[in-house]
Amino acid sequence: MTLELKNIVKRVGADTHIHETNLKLVGEGFNILLGTTLSGKTTLMQLMAGIDKPTSGEIWFGGANVTGGKVQDRNVSMVYQQFINYPNMTVYENIASPLRVARLPAGEIDKRVQGTADLLKLTPMLQRRPSELSGGQQQRTAIARALVKDADLVLLDEPLANLDYKLREELREELPKLFAGRECTVVYATTEPTEALLLGGHTALLHEGRVVQFGPTSQIYRQPETLIAAQVFSDPPINTASVTKTGGRIALSETVQWDAVGSFAALSDGTYTIGIRPHDIGPEAKNGQCVAIDGEVLVTELSGSESVVHFGVAGSTWVSQSHGVYSFKVGEGTRLYADISRAMLFDADQRLVARQGEAV
Amino acid sequence: MNKTVNQKAWFFVLPVLLLVAFNAIIPLMTVVNYSVQETFGANTFFWAGVRWFGEVLQSERFHASLGRQLFFTFTILIIEIPLGVAVALAMPRKGPWVSVCLVSMALPLLIPWNVVGAIWNIFALPDIGLLGRMLNGIGIDYNFTRQPEDAWFTVILMDVWHWTSLVVLLAYAGLVSIPDAYYQAAKIDGAKAWAIFRYIQLPKMKRVLTIAILLRFMDSFNIYTEPFVLTGGGPGNATTLLSIDLVKIALGQFDLGPAAAMSLIYFLIILLFSWIFYTVMTRNEEQ
Amino acid sequence: MAKITLDNIRHSYLARPEVEEDWALKQLDVVWADGGAYALLGPSGCGKTTLLNIISGLLKPSEGRVLFDDRDVTELPPDQRQIAQVFQFPVIYDTMTVYDNLAFPLRNRGIGETEVDARVRQIAAMLELSERLNTRASGLTADGKQKISLGRGLVRSDVNVIMFDEPLTVIDPHLKWVLRSKLKELHQELRRTMIYVTHDQTEALTFADQVVVMNLGEVVQIGTPVDLFERPQHTFVGHFIGSPGMNLLPCEMDGGKPVFAGRTIPAANADAVKANGGSLEIGVRPEFVSFAEDGIPVQIVKVSDAGRFRIVDTSADGQSIKLLIGEGQGVPSGGACLRFDPDRTRVYRDGWMVT
Repeated sequence: MTLELKNIVKRVGADTHIHETNLKLVGEGFNILLGTTLSGKTTLMQLMAGIDKPTSGEIWFGGANVTGGKVQDRNVSMVYQQFINYPNMTVYENIASPLRVARLPAGEIDKRVQGTADLLKLTPMLQRRPSELSGGQQQRTAIARALVKDADLVLLDEPLANLDYKLREELREELPKLFAGRECTVVYATTEPTEALLLGGHTALLHEGRVVQFGPTSQIYRQPETLIAAQVFSDPPINTASVTKTGGRIALSETVQWDAVGSFAALSDGTYTIGIRPHDIGPEAKNGQCVAIDGEVLVTELSGSESVVHFGVAGSTWVSQSHGVYSFKVGEGTRLYADISRAMLFDADQRLVARQGEAV
Repeated sequence: MNKTVNQKAWFFVLPVLLLVAFNAIIPLMTVVNYSVQETFGANTFFWAGVRWFGEVLQSERFHASLGRQLFFTFTILIIEIPLGVAVALAMPRKGPWVSVCLVSMALPLLIPWNVVGAIWNIFALPDIGLLGRMLNGIGIDYNFTRQPEDAWFTVILMDVWHWTSLVVLLAYAGLVSIPDAYYQAAKIDGAKAWAIFRYIQLPKMKRVLTIAILLRFMDSFNIYTEPFVLTGGGPGNATTLLSIDLVKIALGQFDLGPAAAMSLIYFLIILLFSWIFYTVMTRNEEQ
Repeated sequence: MAKITLDNIRHSYLARPEVEEDWALKQLDVVWADGGAYALLGPSGCGKTTLLNIISGLLKPSEGRVLFDDRDVTELPPDQRQIAQVFQFPVIYDTMTVYDNLAFPLRNRGIGETEVDARVRQIAAMLELSERLNTRASGLTADGKQKISLGRGLVRSDVNVIMFDEPLTVIDPHLKWVLRSKLKELHQELRRTMIYVTHDQTEALTFADQVVVMNLGEVVQIGTPVDLFERPQHTFVGHFIGSPGMNLLPCEMDGGKPVFAGRTIPAANADAVKANGGSLEIGVRPEFVSFAEDGIPVQIVKVSDAGRFRIVDTSADGQSIKLLIGEGQGVPSGGACLRFDPDRTRVYRDGWMVT
């Protein structure tokens, strides 16, 4: 069963919440919607679920046009950021509720509830009520309810956002396993680039109501088509600056210049925007392609295993994130090395023209 | 645009439409019909145009009742809103006393309106009523059936007693919805009680107070039963509010045309004031 | 600004605590230097919010004293402690402009308008709010509102400590990053004492000079971020800090050396572990595990891409061992051998590092 959005537009009054979108989800693994708050993730999910109708365009599911069809007919299940369960029912009854609605025989219900509870490690809590559970267990119950009914389309709207850090990590690891081998399309919305990467699958990058890119997650992380896509898919934010190419040289400033090699050499002269992720800049030169940048240290952060330094360069603030413990003094100058071989260049239209020395 | 057209929706709206038609639109149209005609009984009608409207608008009697009505409404608003907010602020926000307070606050609201009038009538009688006897006992010459000022005092006191609770309950609902963090932050910022009220409680109560003011405005403008039972509009015409006057004209004198015209004017006044209130009070939020 | 001393603090929400579990906060004794950045880190229900409320004065501890510099403030309510706090959800005065919000704490204290104006403008500039001073505070986005909450603490010169209660909860990741470094920058510039409460290890570690890790009402370890990362005193710290957390493998001592899956594993504190007894575990962070020619044989289970690194999930003797490898580095397929960095591998007995 695959879900396809054809020329979908959603307007509310004078505001366009979703600009014309074409998106063909994949039926295996996660389809991740990655974007900031208000980028359109939830609106898109509600359109997919059929809770809301598009202003124009069509939604196709499993080869049938379901535009305007009712939610009840779509066999959809949804998990929200808030832990939504029936407060006066036990965990068992909560998980069983979609099956009771579907009027399944009691034996079948029991078998499926037990199985799903086991999968989500809820078996010891089946007789408790949601208020007696921790946040993680409440969300597990909600996920179990979504899972138990064998929906064709499962929508997970930032399901881990309200959980504690460690619980998030634990459940994030389990989620792809839970859905592996199931015949359903899974859509997962998140604001966190790292979460998208770890979940794998395919990712649609959303920005201001538009899908700016869709493709296999790790591929679009490394090959963003536009500057916007690179920005949406970088945490910490990608460093950018304007560079000028003249002859065989690329210049960031008077002092920071380097020879254009590989596909960079083939570009015509002019002004470009360089994008380089923080972990490609560090206090040590990793290889011969690194360019030394002298900047002033503005802020330092040390996370125990990583050192982060914010520094001023050519009028903008850049961030370097490197493995290991390094000490920097705020206010003093420092020399950092940017691995230019891993940089991306964008043209005046913000489209990627060269990356990591390869043509695109 | 590829909008789905679904005729079935009309079936769902139809019952409501019918209901509204029966109890709002049809009576209103009947009134409009009467207001432009003259009748001498026996279902004979003559076209009168806007004559009744002109007469009503120019009549001193109407001006006087409207004046009394406005005086009444603004007086009770000025008393009930601050008083209601003050009582709500004084109520406990946690603990066993909350429900006791809420129930006792709700009591006056549960009493039928004509009973309220009757209770106050007896309560305020100068010879046998508790209030009347007490006031006269301490040397105040009080008689609400003879002295207009006393009648006014009693009518307003009765309304305050009856309806302040509504304001209290609404304001209280607004107050309890304010998260603790706001009070903590205000304490940390060194805010005194007045500043907490002015910058946290009042802004957070704004929505419910808007509703409270609107409800009290519309209700008090329509008030009939309680003052009618209490004073019958007297002494003389001293407490004859718009609605009482209207009933006198329509049923007492059976002047259907002028009464209908007056009803419409009355209706438009309420609509206009409500609209002004609402616009002014919600304007800031839309900015 | 002040030095903060928590002297033998204990707290229970019950009137008569009897057993150990009745204490929401067990025994805490700590001194925080003036001008430092501190974090309280732990999962929900670990007692960190209780501790925060004790410092701010919203809660009076069942036992012990709170001292600001050397003044006992245990009995003082929040408004007399001269503290500032940024809450989980932004608290702003909706009807006021950004300027009036920032000026509010000063005006309440009867400070003259000239000084108010100077302070407000100075702090607004630091918070990059200068251009929005005359707009209504309610129109700002969540991160803007949190900046105002913080600003109301910063404008005052009499503040002993600024406290943060999970201040980035409602902020989007890319803005989280910006706001977090802004906070760090302000601390580095103003050197005010700041206490940051969170369940997010990244926020705690990047913000604080010293982190207090709490679990079940108990302080498990107090240390610098590097300490907590490289020398976790307890397996809880190893697990809770670091993503993914520390690998823990059951082991036993044989001839004075820890043995896992039939292999001797060199560990930094092996000499201190005299004998078997209790439950012994080897702890090593995924950052300190690498592929090697010779070592612990493992099967590769899964490789996850985290962008700048990859997490390799392996299994040896039924135990899961994770390691991190660089973005471009290759992963052997099927079987492989692992090596633990001996200086970063430690033995834990019943959860605590053996010393």
